[in-house]
Amino acid sequence: MRKTSSNTCVIPDPSRRRFLQGLAAGGVLMGLSPWTKPGWAGQVTTTATGMAPVLRGTEFDLIVAETAVNYTGSPRMATTINGSIPSPILRWREGDTVTIRVTNRLNTSTSIHWHGIILPYQMDGVPGISFAGIPPGETFTYRFKVEQAGTYWYHSHSGFQEQTGMYGTIIVEPRGGEHIRADRDYVVQLSDWTDEDPMKVFAKLKKQSDYYNFNAPTAMDFFRDASERGLGKAMERRRMWNQMRMSPTDLADISAYTYTYLMNGTTPAGNWTGLFNPGERVRLRFISSGTQSFFDVRIPGLKMTVVHVDGQDIEPVTVDEFRCGPGETYDVLVTPQDDAYTIFAQSMDRTGYARGTLATRADLTAPIPELDEPEWLTMTDMMGAMAQGGAMAGMGGMNHNDHSTSGSMNKNATPVRHAKTEYGPSVDMRVDMPRTNLDDPGIGLRNNGRRVLTYADIKTPGEPVDPRDPGRDIELHLTGNMERYTWSLDGLEFGKSTPIHFRHGERLRVIMHNDTMMTHPMHLHGMWSDMEDANGEFLARRHTISVQPAQRVSFRVTADALGRWAWHCHLLYHMDAGMFREVIVT
Amino acid sequence: MKEKVTAMNKRLTLGCVFLLSSSVFPVWADNDTTNGTINGTTQDGQAMNAMPMENMNHSAMPGMNHGDKQSTSEKPGAMQGRAQGGSAPANARDPHAYSGGYSIESGQYALPGPRILKLADEYNFASLLVDRLETVRTSDNSSITYDLQAWYGRDYDRLVLKAEGNVDNGKIEEASTEVLWSHALATYWDGQLGLRYDSGEDPGRSWVAFGVQGLAPYWFELDITGYVGEEGRTALGLEAEYEILFTQKLILTPRIEASVYGKDDVKRGIGSGLSEFSAGLRLRYEIRREFAPYVGIEWASTYGGTADYVRATGFDTDETRAVAGLRFWF
Repeated sequence: MRKTSSNTCVIPDPSRRRFLQGLAAGGVLMGLSPWTKPGWAGQVTTTATGMAPVLRGTEFDLIVAETAVNYTGSPRMATTINGSIPSPILRWREGDTVTIRVTNRLNTSTSIHWHGIILPYQMDGVPGISFAGIPPGETFTYRFKVEQAGTYWYHSHSGFQEQTGMYGTIIVEPRGGEHIRADRDYVVQLSDWTDEDPMKVFAKLKKQSDYYNFNAPTAMDFFRDASERGLGKAMERRRMWNQMRMSPTDLADISAYTYTYLMNGTTPAGNWTGLFNPGERVRLRFISSGTQSFFDVRIPGLKMTVVHVDGQDIEPVTVDEFRCGPGETYDVLVTPQDDAYTIFAQSMDRTGYARGTLATRADLTAPIPELDEPEWLTMTDMMGAMAQGGAMAGMGGMNHNDHSTSGSMNKNATPVRHAKTEYGPSVDMRVDMPRTNLDDPGIGLRNNGRRVLTYADIKTPGEPVDPRDPGRDIELHLTGNMERYTWSLDGLEFGKSTPIHFRHGERLRVIMHNDTMMTHPMHLHGMWSDMEDANGEFLARRHTISVQPAQRVSFRVTADALGRWAWHCHLLYHMDAGMFREVIVT
Repeated sequence: MKEKVTAMNKRLTLGCVFLLSSSVFPVWADNDTTNGTINGTTQDGQAMNAMPMENMNHSAMPGMNHGDKQSTSEKPGAMQGRAQGGSAPANARDPHAYSGGYSIESGQYALPGPRILKLADEYNFASLLVDRLETVRTSDNSSITYDLQAWYGRDYDRLVLKAEGNVDNGKIEEASTEVLWSHALATYWDGQLGLRYDSGEDPGRSWVAFGVQGLAPYWFELDITGYVGEEGRTALGLEAEYEILFTQKLILTPRIEASVYGKDDVKRGIGSGLSEFSAGLRLRYEIRREFAPYVGIEWASTYGGTADYVRATGFDTDETRAVAGLRFWF
């Protein structure tokens, strides 16, 4: 867990600054009807940024269409819902039946998935599993009863439409009224934008998987290391990486080289701003909608009290910083006193950031922190518990409560069983001794001097809704080959896979074992994931669980939702590569 | 002449030393080039081996509830070992064990008609990499060399085209073109099978080609192909490349290439044994990842019977080449 400085010797790239910051006035180009496919030459003068429109009630009409945007200085076509990025904020009420008519004005099929919402499988919006998708020119009517409250979001589940702009927030007001008291309530939706065609981005990764990584170790780094640590140490530090042909700086696959990071659809230069009066309690609903980006969020000068995660209230925990993976949501309360604060959300690979401001007046700003130095992945990220101070220490680390038995293992630390299909070309690493501790904030956040939220901190009050013990375990390994840019589960991409069968009504445990060096936000549709700690104690009700490299985590699930469902990595490019399973409940 | 060859060998040796030393550790020192292993050779690996195996036997653990009881009778230690590659132990998990007999194509709750959800593992991609398109200057000549590789297909099975040749005065002097089926064999290795056709000089020669291409430990890109031709001809080709990043965009590539033939081919001026060996250094600057101009230097030498033919035609058996060119891909 040493902190390593890897100041790389990069030839200055003058375009980088512009990409990083984006256009101050970047956003949806106004004056164009979102309902038709516009030709945008010469018509555009203004852009809209900031808050998405809010739609309330039980009947909604959403129109999916192409809309011109400009985030970097180059106009591009985005895929939007009702012409805005983000898509409209949908405010529902717990217990209501909502009807949403989605009309497709694209020339390709579309869909909307209601992320984290429990509903009949036909309403879940995954083309090919829930329904056939919404063909061009047609309207699909979603109708379901909202049986939950909290912060959620929605997005397209077709192709790369989520990358090109189709994501919005859902706020479900509790039936008995909002019990988290706040004077202000803002959505802070984080996302990533690329001017490139996402399919071309994907194809580039297939041809050169480190295409967007400009933090690779260089010969200069080696000589610097050798002079600082000695030749032996410098070589030792690289030996495992070089033998295994893996990069210690592969943190994001896609970097700010092509991405502009957005906060509420606004570029860092555009500076989305939320207003407050000093002393007010402000609720910020962070929605992590980056297609391929983890964001590390902090507000220098403010403590954040995390009160609500993935739509569920949690026991409040006060932190300086938290990491949110694609799909996850985090609601925090802050009580700002000064005039202005920067909301700083740097990408996990430290190549860029989304940024906004909390201020008492719209024209105020606060200093923007420097990006942290990118760190190398550690041996812990490669070898799990084995690297956590030797085998026995690693075993101890798996079980904080019970060192008395000779085995010193808990029921979650079941023996690792790799799938037969993990021994072929689709897999570049297997972890035999995973780490199971959840108190690690992850690469780049360890020992940074700030109090960083970890999964061990996220605790739903009380017991799980279903108190039964799991009747059986299902073990799934998160796998991939970075060099080939293939991503899979148990070494099998979706096309070669079979569904995972849950028996209707059963309570079971799903063990997710990460045999890769990347963090994967795993999202199970249709049913809650009751996350456990390493001892099998219930932690929190989640819809998306990020599994760190060489980590093994488990959750309990009640198979109460008949039908077919998707279960996948919410990094869009991993999902599209095949890190995807169908779950069938019968 | 002998002196010259000795000098050439010295240069070659220097080139090789640079190639190896620059990479910190030679590929051939790894005792298992297709499977990186973190076990047995490292402190961590030893720690892992030292772990009492009974700890891994979950049948001894209370509270364990595996749906699949198959594992309880197995030696869990069998799961320990390599972090990459290898072959699956007998007790490895069946990835379809949880399917309950269902498929993604049909069955209860499946959508009618053919499956519409297809992800990128079922897409075809295409790539063309022109690794070298360069002018080659020697003390007495100037020509153009091309070396490209294209592929079309999916993650683990591709159609590959490899073409390499030399153009002198607008005429193709030597050209070798291969069409191969490339199939992923291991994490970093593809096996390749197909045909090669040599043109340029008459007569043309056809070969059946079989080989491996991939990434050896320490990031050596290797391409080793064996050939069987008509009339009992055999050949072996070897290419190795390595990339040294001075910066993220300024990259030095040492490269060696060797060709060996099983028997003389008088008509094409080829002698049996090691026929040709070259070692080069190319320094490229990636203006974009896909577009990089470079300059470099290459030392090439012919040996044995091939060298005799070269001498007989009045040329040097070894030469130093200055190269400048473009590397680009789509």
